[in-house]
Amino acid sequence: MTAIDGSARVAMAAPAEDRSRRKPFRWGNLVVMVVLSIGLAATILPFVWMVLGAFKTKAEIMSRPVTWWPKSPTLDNFAAWFFQFDILRPFLNSVLLAAATVATTLLFSSMVGWALAKMRFPGKNAIIVVVLATMFVPGIVTLIPQFVLVANLGMVNTYWGLILPGMVGAFGVFLMRQFMLEIPDSLLDAARIDGAGEFRTFFQIVLPLCKAPLATLAIFTFMGSWNSFLWPLIISQDDSMYTLPVSLALFSAEAGGHGADYGLQMAGSFLIVIPVLVLFIAMQKHFIQGITMTGIK
Amino acid sequence: MVTSTARRPGKTSSLAAQRRRSALIAWVFVSPFVLTFGVFSLIPLVSSLAMSFTDLRARDIRNPFNVNFVGLENFVSVLTNESFLRALRNTLVFVVVGVPSTLFIALVLAVLLNSLSRRVATFFRVGYYTPVITTIVAVAVVWRIMYQDTGVINTMLGWVGIDGPNWLSDPNTALMAITIMAVWRNIGSSMVIFLAGLQSIPAEINEAAAIDGANAVQKFFRVTIPMMMPTILLNTILVTTGYMQFFDEPFVMTNGGPLESTTSIALQVYNQFKYGNYSVGAAGAYILFVLVGILALIQFRFFRQRT
Repeated sequence: MTAIDGSARVAMAAPAEDRSRRKPFRWGNLVVMVVLSIGLAATILPFVWMVLGAFKTKAEIMSRPVTWWPKSPTLDNFAAWFFQFDILRPFLNSVLLAAATVATTLLFSSMVGWALAKMRFPGKNAIIVVVLATMFVPGIVTLIPQFVLVANLGMVNTYWGLILPGMVGAFGVFLMRQFMLEIPDSLLDAARIDGAGEFRTFFQIVLPLCKAPLATLAIFTFMGSWNSFLWPLIISQDDSMYTLPVSLALFSAEAGGHGADYGLQMAGSFLIVIPVLVLFIAMQKHFIQGITMTGIK
Repeated sequence: MVTSTARRPGKTSSLAAQRRRSALIAWVFVSPFVLTFGVFSLIPLVSSLAMSFTDLRARDIRNPFNVNFVGLENFVSVLTNESFLRALRNTLVFVVVGVPSTLFIALVLAVLLNSLSRRVATFFRVGYYTPVITTIVAVAVVWRIMYQDTGVINTMLGWVGIDGPNWLSDPNTALMAITIMAVWRNIGSSMVIFLAGLQSIPAEINEAAAIDGANAVQKFFRVTIPMMMPTILLNTILVTTGYMQFFDEPFVMTNGGPLESTTSIALQVYNQFKYGNYSVGAAGAYILFVLVGILALIQFRFFRQRT
């Protein structure tokens, strides 16, 4: 669909005035672009402000009126995060949480999705109904019992406690099941005739066919896990277990101490946001496909 | 050949055995999920409800027999607690203002994008989606700094002669400031879903309307909107469910203040948890759960009547 196409279709709205209408709608397209550009500028302003602020000195970021371009760009804010506040530990914690969550979610969701798509067994409908029914339960509802459970297992302030409750999600199950329903039975029969068992069929034939939904699920699980805040906040009790968002939020909340150092906070936000932003721009096709494929963020 | 004849006498029992075997294999596939889901989602969901009828506190967690049944006491104390009621009001204001704003802007953007060429549309789509993928905590920290009295937002408002308020320190504007940020962050995901919905409307319908003499505005209200109803419903429920649970934004930007003007239900539940009042927190969480369910049901009814 090209721009000319679009205006032509609009022009068809009044066939009698076709010729006279065509030109104003070209102008209309220009107006649309201008409006969208202004909106886009407002949308990315906070990121621009964050990047600029991260490179400003403490004196400059506190000075008024505000300055835009850093007068004497500095890396001090980043240096402070790496050497003074040891951001490497929360960074590695965040990476570990995301990696473990993605790995288990992909494996478990595809396994259960496969069984729900192609197998007949007692309890199947019960699983579908229960998982579907709990899909929109607010996270805060299960928060306190989850904490009590994890505390009783002695897992508060441990990686197990951090990772275990987020290991499975209803979304992945339905995404995988939906995709796997489309896999033709004839292909599976062929594998069976060739002597492949259920597990071999699953790992060597089914999973390689599911690269697209697995990529989508991996991206969304990674994002959710990287951005998650409430559970890591309550399960970690000292800075050895903090993830990046917890680290930044608590740092920023200490208003009395270094909380007022805005350059540092901007640099902290920068370090959390930029890796994900780069990942997003590199893989934006998969993101958008994923949303349109599932209708759910 | 040989095996098939050998099996024939016991055909029914071998069929049952085979069925048992395939059921067993299926359960091997589902059990890792069912176990973790059951232990970490389902049991907590049920015990949260059970908890809300008891007097469980932090010191009781290793000692469940200390806990007594207290009936509806927690629900009464939550619903008569002034802070919680303020949180309830804030949450509803946030939803009532935030959801329509988000959906309206997202729909307008989607319609505008849909009129452009694909390459240009992709560029804008990526740009508008960017806030969605960023960590709320990180962007909330940035927005908090931007919202300062002499910060960049008021500086820019000054360019057009507006003397901006001290956004987050003024109880009259703090919730609005947080709502604006939430709308900014969530427009992108609704927009992309709307765009997918718009692209699935068959071109022939619009052409037929055009032949019948409908203009662009008529087509929008008589063709596009009715065809988009299922997408609008999906987006409304998704955004409402998300907004009802807002927590990260006030936690980082205002900690619920000033004067509890930005406290939310989720923040209240968290605070009860922090003070060790587990059963009161569970009751508050269940009230939120019921509200989310009721709102989804109302929206579902409302949209079904219109399609």
